[in-house]
Parts: sequence; C-alpha cells; structure tokens
Amino acid sequence: MSIEPAADLDYTKSEIMIAASARQLAGVTNCFVGVGLPNIVCNLAQRTVAPDLQLVYESGAYGARPERLPLSIGDPTLATGATAITSMFELFAYYLQAGLIDVAFLGGAQIDRHGNLNTTVIGSYEEPTVRLPGSGGACEIAIHARRILVIMRQAQRSFVETLHFRTSPGHSGDPAHDAARGWSGSGPTNVVTDLATYAFDQATGEMTLMTLHPGVSLDDVRANMGWKPRISEDVGITEPPSADELRLIRHDLDPKGVHTR
Amino acid sequence: MRDAVADLVRDGDTVAIEGFTHLICFAAGHEIIRQRKCDLTLARMTPDVIYDQMVAGGVASKLIFSWLGNPGVGSLHSIRRRIEDGDPAPLEIEEYSHFGMVCRYVAGASNLPFFPIRSYYESDIPKVNPLIVPMTSPYEDGTEVYVVPPLRPDVSIVHAQRADAAGDAQIWGLLGCQKEAAFAADRVIVVVEEVVDESVIRKDPNRTVIPGAIVDAVVEEPFACHPSFAQGYYDRDNTFYLAWDRIARDPGTLDAWLDEWVHGLASHGEYVEKWGDAHWDALRPGAALSGEVDYGRYA
Repeated sequence: MSIEPAADLDYTKSEIMIAASARQLAGVTNCFVGVGLPNIVCNLAQRTVAPDLQLVYESGAYGARPERLPLSIGDPTLATGATAITSMFELFAYYLQAGLIDVAFLGGAQIDRHGNLNTTVIGSYEEPTVRLPGSGGACEIAIHARRILVIMRQAQRSFVETLHFRTSPGHSGDPAHDAARGWSGSGPTNVVTDLATYAFDQATGEMTLMTLHPGVSLDDVRANMGWKPRISEDVGITEPPSADELRLIRHDLDPKGVHTR
Repeated sequence: MRDAVADLVRDGDTVAIEGFTHLICFAAGHEIIRQRKCDLTLARMTPDVIYDQMVAGGVASKLIFSWLGNPGVGSLHSIRRRIEDGDPAPLEIEEYSHFGMVCRYVAGASNLPFFPIRSYYESDIPKVNPLIVPMTSPYEDGTEVYVVPPLRPDVSIVHAQRADAAGDAQIWGLLGCQKEAAFAADRVIVVVEEVVDESVIRKDPNRTVIPGAIVDAVVEEPFACHPSFAQGYYDRDNTFYLAWDRIARDPGTLDAWLDEWVHGLASHGEYVEKWGDAHWDALRPGAALSGEVDYGRYA
C-alpha cells in the first residue's frame, strides 16, 4: 500500500471523513441527519452521489433543502422549502418506527467492536466523570433505521473494549440473536473515522477494517483502538476527496471551516 | 408575562417550556427566574440553554429530559456541574429517549395510563430509569415493547407565532411537541409574537395547533424566544449560543450574566431594548411566503 506523509496531504482529516461517508450514500433515497459532520456529509451526498436524497431531521423536517449549512438539526433553513414538516410524534412513529428510514448517521463518545454506542456518561451513571447529552433519538434510530453509518474520530478512549453505558444498541456478537430480534434496522453497517473505514463482518457482527486513509498505517489504527481489530483480507486505501468534493465542502457547505479544519 | 407566571407557575410544580430548537420561550424562563420560583421539576426534551439558565438561577430541583446539550455547540455547563459534582447542589434527573419523551406527552395529552413504543431494546436506559418498563403485547404476536408513563405537567408554556385573544394559537415551521405538551398540561400559558384578530385564525384553521379552550393565559411578547428563533420572524442568535458556552463555564460569570440580563431587568421589554434595534434587524430573515389555499365557501 502506498503511504504518503501526512504533511503532503492537501485535505484535512475531517474532509476525508466527510467525502468517504458521503460516498456511502450513493443511491440512497432518504437519510436521517445528525448534527455536525453528518450534516455536511448528507448535504455533500445530495450534491454528488445521491441527488434524490431526502434529508430527514428528527426535528420534523422531511425532504429539507437547506440554503445554508444548518447550525443545528432544528435550524429554520430546514423548514423553508422542505417537502413536509411533521410533528415529532409523526416523525418518530410513522417515519422511523414504521421502517421508512433507509440510512441514519450516529456517533458517540464511545463505540465497541459490535457498533454499540455510548452517548450518556463517562464513568458511572450515578456519579459520572463526564455527563454526556444522552440518547436524543439515537436509541430508536439505532433500532429502526435500515442501515446505521457511524462517523467518529478514532482514539483509545473512544474505541473501547467495554462501554461505560450502552445508549444505542448495535450488534450483539451473535448474528442468530440479531436476526431473531425482528427490528426493522440491520444495525451499523459502516464506520468512518479520521484514520480508516470499517464494515461489519456478516458472521460475527464485528467491526472489520476495510480501508486505510492515505498516509495511515495499520499501526496507527491499532494504536487508536481498545481492541485488536479484525482486518479484511483485501484491505485497501480510502479514495481521497476529489477536487469537486473539496470545492463543495470548502465553498458551499462549510466556508468558515467550522467542522472541517 | 409577569402576571401569567405569578398566577400559574407555583413552587414545586412540574413545568414544561417546550419547543424543539424552534419557539423556545426564553422570556418565560427568565420571568420564572426573576420571580425566584423554587423546587420546580423542569421537563423538556432538550433542556437547551434555557434550562441551563433556570438551573443556574436556582429554580429547579429535578430535570426530565431526553437530550442534554447546547445544540450545535456543546455542553450545558451549569447543569453538568450539578450532575457531575453536585455543585452547588445535586440535581435529580429522569431521562428518556426523544421518542420516549414525545410519547410521554402523547399519553398525558390522550389521558392514557402509558404508551407503548418499540425502543430501548438492549439499551441501558431502562436500567437507570425504572419508569421505562418492558411489556408483552396481549395480542397473538406477543411483540415485546417498552412502555413510558404519561407526563402531565402542572403548567406548560408554549410559544407560537400568533394567537387570537382567546389563545387559539397558530404555529408554522418546526412543530416540536408544543401541541402535545399543551394538551398534557393542567395549566397552559401561550406566548406569541403577535395577538391577531380571531378572523385571521379562522381564515386558516389547519394552522391552529392549540385551541384557546385549553389556554389559561395569552401573552404577547415579541422576541420572547431569543436566542432561539421564531420561523419567519427572527433567526436563531447562534452567536449567543456560542457565547453561552463561555459564560456558563464559570459560575461567577454566569451569575453576573443572570444579574445583568435577568434580575437587573424588570421585563422582557427591557431585555429587547437592551439588545437594541440593530441586533434585532440583523436577525430578521428574508421573506418566503406560503402559497394560499382556497378553503371554499359553502354557504
């Protein structure tokens, strides 16, 4: 595999995360969008690989066409020009719980090898070291969206052997159990980090390294996770962001570089 | 606003000031702080900066919520100090997921004893909240669900763009669970940008979210949602949301802010004046009018 020194790269770690994630949305018809990077990913995908992508926000905006990068998932730009605005009950009950959502993005402070996520506490629940935001819609999104894509920066403290709290369920490690759960979702299918991309092994439900970002070594990946990762037999190199993708990210989606630098 | 809060919000009440990013009635929160209400249980899906301010203002002893953060910015530092360090006092919490909170309001509004949802499976949330209970469907398929209890606030405070004098309130843009929180509550305060003639409401009945019949007080208070927004009236003041992160990190700075911007002002009118016209002009959006529909006359 070709290894380029990081200093020569003309894109940021966030930019390759965004581009690699956006390509996962090729052909997808609707996507539940989260705050921060997923917001940019979905807006990039709509302008590139998924022009018919309906952006769905848990605030009730369905088919949003934001004219500016939304500052939060409840930005007024999501309402103006949307296909529909639903009550939050309708959004969660009729759209999500009924199984109409194709893809959703989740992230968290901690993830384990089976894609379970913690967004609740670091430390014990009763006496937390860090009190995190909690579930929001993540718990039910993890259960009902047909596919879950995870975007997270990779580190020992975030890719952990054991979660401090399981907010949102991923795979159990027992595919027979997972198949019998009867959920409309199939759980997390892909993880994109600042170092690499992963899929989940069909037989074990375990996160499996698929591509290394240019300039990243296997040792870098191993040094930034709390377990010994399963590695695909044909592990490759992540395709870097194209000039077109970078132009859209830098000029249209995040001109101030809030999320991308 | 002063009278509505004095009459309808009582010490020890469960209070819901709803609005999902949109239409969060900060002016009501400030008035509750100003009147030094105490021992309130504050319910909201997303406590947001408003409950960080109210918790810092000493009005709350318990929080019921589903996502505890400063949207698009980060943490709520005053609430985190209470939870992580018990500083200056512990804060009781009861947490759900978003769908769980929405359905608590739906159950409360519908006079149901509980509401079943397909969520919480294999999550630790029910382990730390015993009010989220697994149940098997009594029908043939025997589906496992979790049930959540009804939430019936003593008082819900909801903001709307406009209402008539009777409180028939119309909202456009993100709806949050204003309707559910209002119908679930014992007492309802509706705060609006504009009180309009009844004929304005009757011309577009599909837009009416809350009927005056369940409303105890109507307050006209322009810019009452600042730094949150009112669709078509003013944008979210994101600069303030960012600034709050800095203000709330330090208890002394936070107290000084409350002294200057809440206790030091007699009313929301003074708050609007203190920010100044240029501030409000900068938050005004361009126009994007809805098309009209013809309801038809059937005389």
